[in-house]
Amino acid sequence: MALTREQLATIATLARLELTPSEIPVYQESLSRILEFVGALERADTANVTPMAHPLPGLTQRLRADVVTEVDCHERYQLNAPLTAAGLYLVPKVIE
Amino acid sequence: MSALHTHTLSQLAEGLRRKSFSSVELVGELLARIEKSQPLLNAFISVTAEEALAAARAADRTLAAGDGGALTGVPIAHKDIFCTEGVRTTCGSRMLDNFVSPYDATVVAKLKRAGAVMLGKTNMDEFAMGSSNENSFYGPVRNPWNPQLVPGGSSGGSAAAVAARLVAGATATDTGGSIRQPAALCGITGMKPTYGRVSRYGMVAFASSLDQGGTLTATAADAALMLREMAGFDPRDSTSVETPVPDYVAALEEPIAGLRIGVLAEFFDKGLDAENERCVRAALKVLEGLGAKVTQASLPNLPLSVPVYYVVAPAECSSNLARYDGVRFGHRCENPRDLNDLYRRSRGEGFGAEVKRRVMTGTYVLSAGYYDAYYLKAQRVRALINEDFARAFNGVDVLIGPTTPTPAFPIGAKTSDPITMYLNDIYTIGANLAGLPAISVPCGFVQGLPVGLQIVGPHFSEARVLSAAHAFQRVTDWHTRIPVGYA
Repeated sequence: MALTREQLATIATLARLELTPSEIPVYQESLSRILEFVGALERADTANVTPMAHPLPGLTQRLRADVVTEVDCHERYQLNAPLTAAGLYLVPKVIE
Repeated sequence: MSALHTHTLSQLAEGLRRKSFSSVELVGELLARIEKSQPLLNAFISVTAEEALAAARAADRTLAAGDGGALTGVPIAHKDIFCTEGVRTTCGSRMLDNFVSPYDATVVAKLKRAGAVMLGKTNMDEFAMGSSNENSFYGPVRNPWNPQLVPGGSSGGSAAAVAARLVAGATATDTGGSIRQPAALCGITGMKPTYGRVSRYGMVAFASSLDQGGTLTATAADAALMLREMAGFDPRDSTSVETPVPDYVAALEEPIAGLRIGVLAEFFDKGLDAENERCVRAALKVLEGLGAKVTQASLPNLPLSVPVYYVVAPAECSSNLARYDGVRFGHRCENPRDLNDLYRRSRGEGFGAEVKRRVMTGTYVLSAGYYDAYYLKAQRVRALINEDFARAFNGVDVLIGPTTPTPAFPIGAKTSDPITMYLNDIYTIGANLAGLPAISVPCGFVQGLPVGLQIVGPHFSEARVLSAAHAFQRVTDWHTRIPVGYA
């Protein structure tokens, strides 16, 4: 299926991606091609087939005891942060 | 020149234990080779020379005291997708250009414990998305067999480094073929274990139901040696499996007489280059000569594996890459107007073209109104492909076919059309969808370029897959060929 410019812009908004005006037609074209390509799946008969989310059948998510295992490393982690103050991550003002 | 670089990983470990040479000597020689090759091959993003020499000196002291692990003093490289404490981990992306890992990935910690010495971090397609290593923010990697050609991807840096004998072993990851495809295109051995066999803790996530860490080495015996140290349960990865790790090295000599090999009809389709086919069929004759029983096998739904992959992988990628928001780590745009502008511009500037394409594809197939038609449908077809494999393994021990449709292709040849590029992985994606172990080993040359043979086994049959590959390598010498200029 061919995506319109508006549809592509909506996808970019949902994905929180700023695209330049010249990028939009490029992705419009390639995403349309990809969707057409994956459209081949429609032809497969999947009536009564359970969707498979995990490659090892029967494996369930493991649980662990509800005890604290991690130590506070926020100072080390925040060395990678673009902007911090007093142990907090700084972002532009959200509420006026 | 001592030519230590031509030794396999196993030979190096043995030579170090016997004190035939020192780790410092070995590391020095390989660092010089890396430096010399870098302007042409671009196989590394970071070279950690000082740390490597310090670790080599410590390894030599350990060896002198008669102590040490399986890999003490042996140099390796890590794909730049594995977190390495105190060392930059970029994942081939501008987004993580300034990211210094605060901790080691479990794979890195385990190899360190086994005594391995890291020489650096290898180049890769951005966030492991690509089949040619042309999607790296740090520039393309070149194929040591011909620098005009791609090395394959996404683990192209690790593959080129091993092929050019810059290092005897490197870690890699495989989501749709990213270990096996570059192994095939560079003429080396690439092992992707069963999903859950190797911990993904500290391995930057791309598609979590498919990603698996593994090895790139010259030989299957080296893959066994490395994997034995890397594999195992990790409480920090909730998908890690609590199955004991067999001694893959001890299992290598298991004879393959009587091994039931299924030849996959779907792997010999019209897309397969005739010369590649000739090499793979000749390899099957070799295995037959060793007593293996070759029969036909079929996975009727396999032709749909690429479409399934290009729904499932982008969906999981769009969700995994949501964490790159310009707030806690990674690239942040200049002077954001508001929070939304911060997110949008940080991501727009930080991600490259292929990553954006996949994030948007994934966003679309997961969005309201399209989720059932694309994502759920793909998961259902994935179940059909998985059933095909399970049925095939009722009658055979391993499935064999080519790793790729063609040998390495020129840089730039497939960048204009994403679908053409995606079809490179047509023979490798199936094993990821079903979570199966698979190896690629060199099985011949076409016009001077290596061709890969792929062996796929049932879940947790790594020992069987490795011993079959090892048996093949005992009677062939394709894996010993070194590109001109690197011997």
